[in-house]
Amino acid sequence: MKYSLWTLARNALDYHRQWQAAWRSPEPRAEYDFAVIGGGGHGLATAYYLAKEHGAGSVCVLEKGWLGGGNTARNTTIVRSNYLLPASARLYDHSVSLWQTLSAELNFNVMFSPRGLLHLAHNISDMREIARRGHSNYVNGVDAETLTPEEVRAHVPFINLRGRYPVLGALLQKRGGVARHDAVAWGFARAADSLGVDIIQNCEVNGFDIRGGKVQAVRTSRGKIKVRKRVGAVVAGHCGVVADMAGFRLPVETVPLQAFVSEPLAPVINCVVMSNTVHAYVSQSDKGELVIGGGSDPFNSYAQRGSFDQIEHVAGPIVELYPIFSRVNILRQWAGIVDITPDRSPLLSATPVRNLFINCGWGTGGFKATPGSGHAFAATLAKGEPNELCAPFSLDRFVTGDLVDEAAAAAVAH
Amino acid sequence: MTIQPHRLAEGGLVNRERPLSFSFNGARMLGYEGDTVASALLANGARIVSRSFKYHRARGIYGIGPEEPNAIFTVADAVGGRRTPNMRATLTPLAEGMQIFSQCGWPSPRFDIGALAGTVSRMLPAGFYYKTFMRPARLWMFYEKLIRRAASFARAPDELDSDDYDHRYMHADVAIVGGGPAGLAAALAAAESGARVAVMEMRPHWGGDLTDGANGEIEGKPAAEWARAVAKKLSQTKNAEMLLQTTAQGYFDCNYLTAVQESPAPGLRQRLLKIRAKEVVVCAGAIERPLVFAGNDLPGVMSASAVRAYIHRYGVLCGRRILFLTNNDSACEAALAAADAGASVDVADIRHHPEGHWQLRLQDRGVSYYSGCGVAGLLRTANILAARLAKLAPDASALAAGGEFREHAYDIVAVSGGWTPTVHLFSQSRGKLKWDSKCGAFVPDESHCINPCAAAGAASGVFSLSGCLKSGWEAGLRAAQKAGCENKTKTNARDKAPKAAAPPAEYPPQFVPLLPATHPVGRGPGKHFVDFMNDVTAADIQLAEREGYRSAEHMKRYTAAGFGTDQGKTGNINALVLLAQARGISPAEAGHTTYRPQYTPVSFGAVTGSDRRELFSPERGTPMHSWHLAHGAVFEDVGDWKRPYCFLREGEDAAEAVRCECIAARSGAGIMDATTLGKIDVQGPDAAAFLDIVYTNNISSLQPGRARYGMMLRETGMIYDDGVCARLGENRFHITTSTGHAAGVMNWLEEWLQTEWPNMRVFCTSVTEQWAVVALAGPKAREVLKKAGASENLTAEDFGFMHIREGTVAGAPARVFRVSFSGELALEINVPARYGLHIWRALIAAGREHNIRPYGTETMRVLRAEKGYIIAGQDTDGTVTPADMNLGWMISKTKKDFIGKRSLSRPDMLRAGRFQFVGLLTAEKEKPLPEGAYLLREKRARLPADAEGYVTSSYKSATMERAIALAMVKDGFARGGETLYAALPNGERPAATIADPVFYDKEGARRDG
Repeated sequence: MKYSLWTLARNALDYHRQWQAAWRSPEPRAEYDFAVIGGGGHGLATAYYLAKEHGAGSVCVLEKGWLGGGNTARNTTIVRSNYLLPASARLYDHSVSLWQTLSAELNFNVMFSPRGLLHLAHNISDMREIARRGHSNYVNGVDAETLTPEEVRAHVPFINLRGRYPVLGALLQKRGGVARHDAVAWGFARAADSLGVDIIQNCEVNGFDIRGGKVQAVRTSRGKIKVRKRVGAVVAGHCGVVADMAGFRLPVETVPLQAFVSEPLAPVINCVVMSNTVHAYVSQSDKGELVIGGGSDPFNSYAQRGSFDQIEHVAGPIVELYPIFSRVNILRQWAGIVDITPDRSPLLSATPVRNLFINCGWGTGGFKATPGSGHAFAATLAKGEPNELCAPFSLDRFVTGDLVDEAAAAAVAH
Repeated sequence: MTIQPHRLAEGGLVNRERPLSFSFNGARMLGYEGDTVASALLANGARIVSRSFKYHRARGIYGIGPEEPNAIFTVADAVGGRRTPNMRATLTPLAEGMQIFSQCGWPSPRFDIGALAGTVSRMLPAGFYYKTFMRPARLWMFYEKLIRRAASFARAPDELDSDDYDHRYMHADVAIVGGGPAGLAAALAAAESGARVAVMEMRPHWGGDLTDGANGEIEGKPAAEWARAVAKKLSQTKNAEMLLQTTAQGYFDCNYLTAVQESPAPGLRQRLLKIRAKEVVVCAGAIERPLVFAGNDLPGVMSASAVRAYIHRYGVLCGRRILFLTNNDSACEAALAAADAGASVDVADIRHHPEGHWQLRLQDRGVSYYSGCGVAGLLRTANILAARLAKLAPDASALAAGGEFREHAYDIVAVSGGWTPTVHLFSQSRGKLKWDSKCGAFVPDESHCINPCAAAGAASGVFSLSGCLKSGWEAGLRAAQKAGCENKTKTNARDKAPKAAAPPAEYPPQFVPLLPATHPVGRGPGKHFVDFMNDVTAADIQLAEREGYRSAEHMKRYTAAGFGTDQGKTGNINALVLLAQARGISPAEAGHTTYRPQYTPVSFGAVTGSDRRELFSPERGTPMHSWHLAHGAVFEDVGDWKRPYCFLREGEDAAEAVRCECIAARSGAGIMDATTLGKIDVQGPDAAAFLDIVYTNNISSLQPGRARYGMMLRETGMIYDDGVCARLGENRFHITTSTGHAAGVMNWLEEWLQTEWPNMRVFCTSVTEQWAVVALAGPKAREVLKKAGASENLTAEDFGFMHIREGTVAGAPARVFRVSFSGELALEINVPARYGLHIWRALIAAGREHNIRPYGTETMRVLRAEKGYIIAGQDTDGTVTPADMNLGWMISKTKKDFIGKRSLSRPDMLRAGRFQFVGLLTAEKEKPLPEGAYLLREKRARLPADAEGYVTSSYKSATMERAIALAMVKDGFARGGETLYAALPNGERPAATIADPVFYDKEGARRDG
């Protein structure tokens, strides 16, 4: 049933008893043309575009737990594309352009809210960094504006411009913003399901049957699933585990990334404000909570648990930059598990197993890329070779040295 | 005195001798010392205190503790009127002059325009916003603004927080969460075993619910008295720390607990406790669940235990006519308390013919007891609740066939749906939970507990007083024993638990997901609310299930049940049970959502502690900082340091000051404070071998007394940092790093030593703060040094470039480096930090005849740029190799290995088209290019375009009398003379020509003096 104000009203007459499940819960079939491992935003987007744009035959999504339950459900929902390097700018900007019409495309309101995103600069070195990134964005066709401190104040009236680390300026991406993270997974799931994709929850992948350098079947907790064409592993936080099952290793480190929310407040921040130097970034959700990103824990772990010292590291800067929040309460903290590559850029790549492709290693900022990543990776899977957006993000680059090192320009935060 | 119509003449822990005046939404009221905001409001008969966030429904006070979903206020101080939002009325002590405001409802919570939302509530089921507002895309921002405004939440504070906070570290053998009967028994047991015990109780008094009623006797004393005596005894024990008004908030790895203590000392608002405990016993009690029935959110519907507790703790009887609606015996006790306090009481019990101790006692009191009866509908007229009592079918899932209704009017409907153990901390400790059908909730499963954490008392599903005492005592003993403390004073310690009379026989509770109403769920005027705070109804949960949101997490996220600031303390179990029912599975199979810190909301202030204002990241200044301050320095932040950017003299602006400083250094003498450079003392028999590994160039061949410019790479082969490496002796080096990388390089060295080469005998010590460094540069540098009274060896002509010598300068012991970052003859004078200001002054005085001028970081950058010297982190960005910077000569060809070596031979390092380090001369001499500008080959190239390079440094050079720049350009080494165009966002395309990055003194003659 199509979602619209009209169908909402019609169903209201009937006390909403006629709404259908947003997706089926099918039993896995014995065989599919394409198997996507991982039912998070990126995996579901991949399946959706495979079915929609590539007429890809039968497609299944295998999800260990509940769909959208990994980093899709745990991030700070920031969307932007003002990356420094051309390869990144192209990929993320493609994503932003898909975000702009995603709700209508999926017939599911993902609440993409391009309310603008500020990167604050606190010292001369920061000013140099945002200047370079702004110029790079300009040349790469990504929107960017540099703001004076007074213009920053116009966006965030209560910011402390003259604190320990004064605000000297900011880089603004107007097309950046936030979206409703769960809705992205649900919207892609519903749309993919309606195109015939089987989304199989509570189905953990335990291994691969590999013969002749190709995956023949995926072994799961719900039985063996044969694959006629290709497998896409779209797994955040556990890509090393999946690679291990397929017999190769990935250059990733896996760490918990912390985040937390405050109690709800009436609207007070109407854009996303990020500061890499004092490590504080904050936006406000439609439900009123301040959504705040913490750092990643300095140890490897697969436990999605909060750690307190990361919250402490962020709370100080938040109070320094926004002193009025001192008496606001922190409500809840959590962690997501992120796979970090040496250059902090993702892997959208072929692997030593001929028909197994990976979409992972998004590190601390994969949410924003969800539609773009799915779109580009679907094309890659359909053809069996990396498309032009994916090509720079090959596994090979760690052998050749052709890195996409965004960390270099301190653009590592999300 | 104004009347407090609901205050009893006696009873409770309030001090009737100390009245406190306060205001609620402008109306003046009186309460007593010992009241909470909630109890004072109830005493004054306040009924509608807030509006719900989605439908703007009128809401009243529901509970008594951290579970309160409705009564959350903004509280303004008596003096100054400073506002604090989101204060939970049930946990906020009343204070004189407090001004309390509802946070929602316009113009007031009693008459709220927003309540119109309720009239269209049928259009607003769970997740309605996912189904609409999709086209056109740009309009979402407009709808969003409306939705954000419509949700009723507190305004953020609008002024600074003048209060103080701090942190305290604690260690304990046994940390006990909760100071009720189980917690006190556990504390007694553990303390008597000799364990160091910390007990945390969120309320301002000990005993938990023992203060809430006639709980019989413990060890022959009235229960409340026993609690006081035990707490007193423990607080006089050396090894027990008793913390009131302290809420345990988080349970982190390795038994690390956080807790917040309210008002721990005068002038201190909150203190965050960081407790490392060997063992933890969670005795956090239980929270009473609501029953899900039509109209259950109306003001006047309260938790039954809260009604009882308000009587006993605060002497407040919430209403004169009270209906107790229950599925278990605990509300019967509450009903009796209300009857004893003078209320007219009815009981509706959904169980058919319960016959136990409490029923008999209630009947003896003449209370009307309607068994097998529910509330099929509730209507509110002003403060009167009209309850429609209806007979239920035996399983209580439907109204009894042909049953009749009775309408009764009440002030209060007090509800008990059973008790939910407070398992939050146990679950955070990674302890698994199991479904317990006896209490209709999840309880700790101690056989699946990773951390040394136990639960006792109501938190573990044990509700009787004797059971709580026993389980608390045993848990305390066990914990002490596991922490290494054996109880030696008591034989048979296990049997020595404090004793209470066995509880009267309980009639078993009967749990149903919701009570039937006269209309089906979701179709009548009275909604079945599950989560009061987030306006989630039973119909919403059924809708979520119908639409496929079937896992507990999906249901939570789709309906927002449990997302409120109460984190679902009342509603979560009901929501999970309703979901399980809709799915046709057991609650055990449906599972639960995740319990996470914080247990109750914790202020940013408390987490920040004293690390605020001037203590937030304290500024670092050099020993010469006071001089800089007194001499016109304009500072820039470099890491935590304050470094002079330039020194303004009368009538100069920064650009002019930099120009003059540059000229002074090139023509006479300049002096810079270089103290902030990172300095590491590297010692040990393997020091040279180790430095050979971390630097690209050869260090072991360096002679003592000599220095070398060194380069460090990341494993990727990319430049990380550069600096001077000086050999002081056979096994001792002094190396410098850039200011920004001082800590990073130190950690980097330690990381390699500790992980890869633990056998190397090398010791690295940061000595950045031990040495003050003055860079004296310019053709007259040697004369100045001589005049300042330096030992002869330091001023001798044979003190060559890249040599180091020790001597004295102006009487201070000095280690002097003949190195140069300006391209001039330069001496870097290192003295112990305490002499820093002294030699700075001495050199300034000595240099007066040569017009010596102090210079700052900007002049340093200009001088080095004129010479084409790079700044790591400005001209390099982590993507360039030494070869890219034309520093290939720094790569040792003879060394077997160094960090990054292997990466340098990768194909991408050797390909054509890499960005290479060049100089740029602008076509317009007066106009420097913006730093960071990207360079195009064609002036009219269309964007987006592939850039040819980018500007890394750009200055107006006084020496060269023109603008110069440094840049990275594709294949730049071979493109000298070519013109490129900077792409500026304002549309301009200034031209610049590629040149040698060494603009000045290409032969390096000046440097050698």
